[in-house]
This record gives sequence, C-alpha cells and structure tokens, in this order.
Amino acid sequence: MSMTVLDGRFTEALTRVRDRLAGRGDTVTGIGLWLLIAVLVVGSAAGSTQLFVVGVIVGSILALGALGLTLIYGVLKFGNFAHGDMMMMGAYIAFFFLTGQVARTSREDTQLPWSLDSLPHAVDGIGDLTFGYGLIIAALLAAAAMALLSIALDRLIYRRLRRRRSGIVIFAIASLGVAIAVRSLMFIIWGPDPRVYVSGIHRAQHYPFGVVLKTDQIFIFAVAVALAVLTYLLLFHTKLGKAMRAIADNPDLARVSGINTEQIIVWTWAVGGALVAVAGVLLAVQSQINPLLGFVLLLPLFAATILGGIGNPLGALAGAMVVGIAQEVSIEFFEPAYKPGVAFLILILILLVRPRGLLGAKI
Amino acid sequence: MTAVLQAQAVVSGYGEVEILHGVSLTLNEGEIVAVIGPNGAGKSTLLKAIFGLVPVHAGSVQLLGRDVTNLSPDRVVQAGMSFVPQTDNVFPTLTINENLEMGAFVRRDGLHDRLERVYGLFPDIASRRGERASRLSGGQRQMLALARSLMLDPQVLLLDEPSASLSPKMVDSIFDKIAEINQGGTAILLVEQNAREALSFSNRAYVLATGENRFEGEAKSILDSEEVGRLYLGA
Repeated sequence: MSMTVLDGRFTEALTRVRDRLAGRGDTVTGIGLWLLIAVLVVGSAAGSTQLFVVGVIVGSILALGALGLTLIYGVLKFGNFAHGDMMMMGAYIAFFFLTGQVARTSREDTQLPWSLDSLPHAVDGIGDLTFGYGLIIAALLAAAAMALLSIALDRLIYRRLRRRRSGIVIFAIASLGVAIAVRSLMFIIWGPDPRVYVSGIHRAQHYPFGVVLKTDQIFIFAVAVALAVLTYLLLFHTKLGKAMRAIADNPDLARVSGINTEQIIVWTWAVGGALVAVAGVLLAVQSQINPLLGFVLLLPLFAATILGGIGNPLGALAGAMVVGIAQEVSIEFFEPAYKPGVAFLILILILLVRPRGLLGAKI
Repeated sequence: MTAVLQAQAVVSGYGEVEILHGVSLTLNEGEIVAVIGPNGAGKSTLLKAIFGLVPVHAGSVQLLGRDVTNLSPDRVVQAGMSFVPQTDNVFPTLTINENLEMGAFVRRDGLHDRLERVYGLFPDIASRRGERASRLSGGQRQMLALARSLMLDPQVLLLDEPSASLSPKMVDSIFDKIAEINQGGTAILLVEQNAREALSFSNRAYVLATGENRFEGEAKSILDSEEVGRLYLGA
C-alpha cells in the first residue's frame, strides 16, 4: 500500500472523528446552556424570590417585544434596530390618547380639548388596579396606531429597499435611521421629561414567600401571557401565520407556491407593531415612559431574541424570560444601572458559544 | 392538438446579464416535454422566466390562451400552472400537512378535499402528515414537493431537474410518479440533466444551448440522432 493512500485514509478518518466531535460538541453546549439556565432560574427563585418574580414580569414584557422582533427577522431577514424606540412610541401614543397632552414648550404641556380620561369613570381603578378602562382603550388605540405606523414605514422605506434588492446591512442601517427619527419625534412631541399614566404612590399587596407585588404587575403578566398565546395560535393555527412561517423558512418557495409575500409582510409589520405597542404600554405601567428608554431596551430585546434563536418565536419567549430574570436578579449583586450590561453579557456569551441560540435551526 | 403553454422568442436574464436570447417552445395538452442541454444552456432560467420568477425582457408566454408574461407567481399559480424548483423545494420547519396547505394558498375553499386527493396520490407521505418536512429523506422530500405543486390540480406543471441528487431507485419511482401525474391529465414541462432517462419517457424534447433553441422533435428521434447524441448526450 502506498503512502499516499494511507495518508488519504488517515486524513479521512481524522475528518470523520472531528465531524462527529463537532456534532456532539454542539449538543453538549446546548444541554449545558439549558442546565446553566435551569440552575440560575431555580437558584434565583429560591435565593431572591422577590427579584425573581419581578424578573418574570419584566421578562413577559420583553417577550412581547422580542416576539415582534423575531417575527420581523424571520419574514424580512433583518434585525429591526427601531424596535426599542417603537416600543416607547407605543407607550407615548397610549399616553397621548389617555391624557391628550403634548409638550409645547419644555416646561408646559398643551392640553388637547379631547382625551379618554375625560370620559366618565375612565380613570377609576378597575378592582385593585391603579388605572381604569381609559388606559385599556388607549392601549388598544396605540396598538392599532403602531400597526399602521409600521406598515407606513415599510411602504416608505423598507419596500423600496426590497425592490432595489438591497443587502441586509442596508436594511439594518435604515432601521437605525428610523430608530433615531422616532426617538427625536418623541422628544419633539412630548419633551424630555419622563411621564406616567397614573401619578401618586400605590400600595402593593403581600403574597407568600415574602413577595410584594402591585396588582398592576399581575395584570401585566396576564396580558403578556394572553398575547403570547394568541401569537402562537396565529402562527400555528391560521393560514396567515403558516404563510409567515413558510416565508421565514424559504421565501423563494413561498413565492413559487403562490403566496403573495408582500401582503404577508404587511401583516407581519402589523402584528409586530401591535405587539410592541402593548409591550411599551405594559412597560410604562411597570415603570415610566421616557424617550431614552427605547434605546436602552434594544439590548435586552436583541439578547432575548438571539438567545432563543433568531426567527424562532418560542425561543424569543424563553430568551426574554431568561434575560428579564437575569437583569432583575443582578440587582442583588450589582448596581441597577448595570442591568443593560447583564443583557449585553448574555448576548456576547451566546454569540460565542452557540450563535444559533437555544432553539434556533442549525446554521 | 391544442397548446396549453407557449413561449415565444423569450429573452430573459438576471439584471444586466442576458441568459436566454429568444427561446421558443410549445407544450400541448397531455404531453410530457423535456428540455435538455449542457450546463449553462439556460434550461432553469427558461422555466423561471415562464413562471414569472425571472423578468422576460422580450417575447411572450401564453398559458391556456392567456398572456401570462411577467405575471407574478401567485397570479400564474391561479392561472393553472405550478412549479417545482430543483433544490430547497419544501418548507423544512413546517409539517407535511402545512407544506401542502401552502400549495393551496391562493384558494380559500376545498382544502380538505384537495389534501385527501393529493394524499391518495402519495400514500408514503400521507402517513406522516403531522411530521416536520425536515425529517423526510431526499426522495420523500421530492415526493412532497411534487405533492405541494399538485394541490391546485394544475393544468401545466414545470419540473426543474426532478431527479437531481436522488438514488437510482428513487429516480425511477419519481419518474413513475411523474408519468402517473401526466396520465391524470396534467401537461408537464421538465428540465433534466439526466437526458437519456428523460427522453425515454417524454413525448417531445427541446435541446437548448447557450440560451438558444438548437434542436426540437420527437423524443425518440432526438435519442436516435447522432449529432445530438455526440454533442449533448455524451455518447
């Protein structure tokens, strides 16, 4: 047997071993990550129950944003950097419908003659909630407005880029431009000061395991879960949702099958816009409305989406929970100002060890 | 014989690059017609141009007596023509049932009956309808791709290299299935690298080279033609 043949066989065997190890390595990383997450979740749930519960609530808000982000990525194949600012815009639009306030000068608000809070009993708290039906209507209007705004932005900007067959980087940079424009618009219309839907101090309720929560927070979690379930039903049990998944899977084949992809893209923006608007309102109920918060949110939103596997809706939910909990529980150890740093750390870690995410398809 | 599909002097290509320099072909009712030729002849581009996936710069495409030149694929599908691409022709994360459902996307009615009819044609995949398409073998994927294209009972079917990268046994069963579909009344235009095999069960064939028509005729006579054999069949 000549040396070259032997050599060839040796290289072949080596390649085979390496391939097999690489395949197993991926599974090991996956299992390791899930285990690590399980340990962190159980540990924080037992160690600092209060922060853990708040983390779950923040996570459920992030989940709605991440769902929209991952859907838009799946169908349009670009990361929408405007998503955080769109979230804040949704919160502001609800604020606008509720109070009718816009800031004309930096110090004084202009009160429009109509607003939802002037309706009878619109601001009386429902049960133990701090807000009344006025905010719920305002949130629905904001969801509709953000759906329309997202579609309008697609017509104005992204559809033109699609027609020119622009690359993914152009799309991402364009969305960064949209983010800056939306943020500036919020500054211009409502000014730089933070806003709240309901002012004053609200009492919290005591729950077992020393957990203290406002009823508002339970409402936030319930709404987020309900919307996540609705999105799941949309994606897996309606023709529209299946078409969205089909385009995410294979856009060329979707076109060949006779799916009108432009029409599905419009619906994707509508769903993503509505979800992110509600997420914004829920966040504002949990903390406040602030024109700078959108940019801060971008990091946890992307961390959640990429952790779950970009383009995978179930992954986005799981990722958002992990990021939400990690951010809140980190307060135990670091200053709260470092919360975005925690999201950043998760993002870097996942990109290093498993870029396709927990539930993402193999690249 | 009536023509169900007619391409006349089609000029087409990607961007600035012109691939087809005026190709014509006719597909008659009930026929199987093969398009063969060397790599880079423009066979796949021809199918894509006919289906509206690549712009037609000059010339025309007539389907069932209707001008469908440069119509968007969803309109073409509605007009009665389906297309099975060579690769990536299933939706991997969708179930088999959902893959077929997408084949009938342009219609609102009769999904259940369409599914049952197609499952009747493809019993192998019918038993696995709830599974993800990514779990199917290469041959079964090709079957699913064919099944998807038949959901609307098209009158014309375009197949881009249906036998590519399949085992010899699988190639036979795919060709058997194509013949069965044809017997059901669907006219088929197929592009094949596997020229001898394709010619053996086609009625007629066109030989394409460098984006132009070279030969056309009865499949048998092309198979017997010395010149074509020498130039394109590697004899």
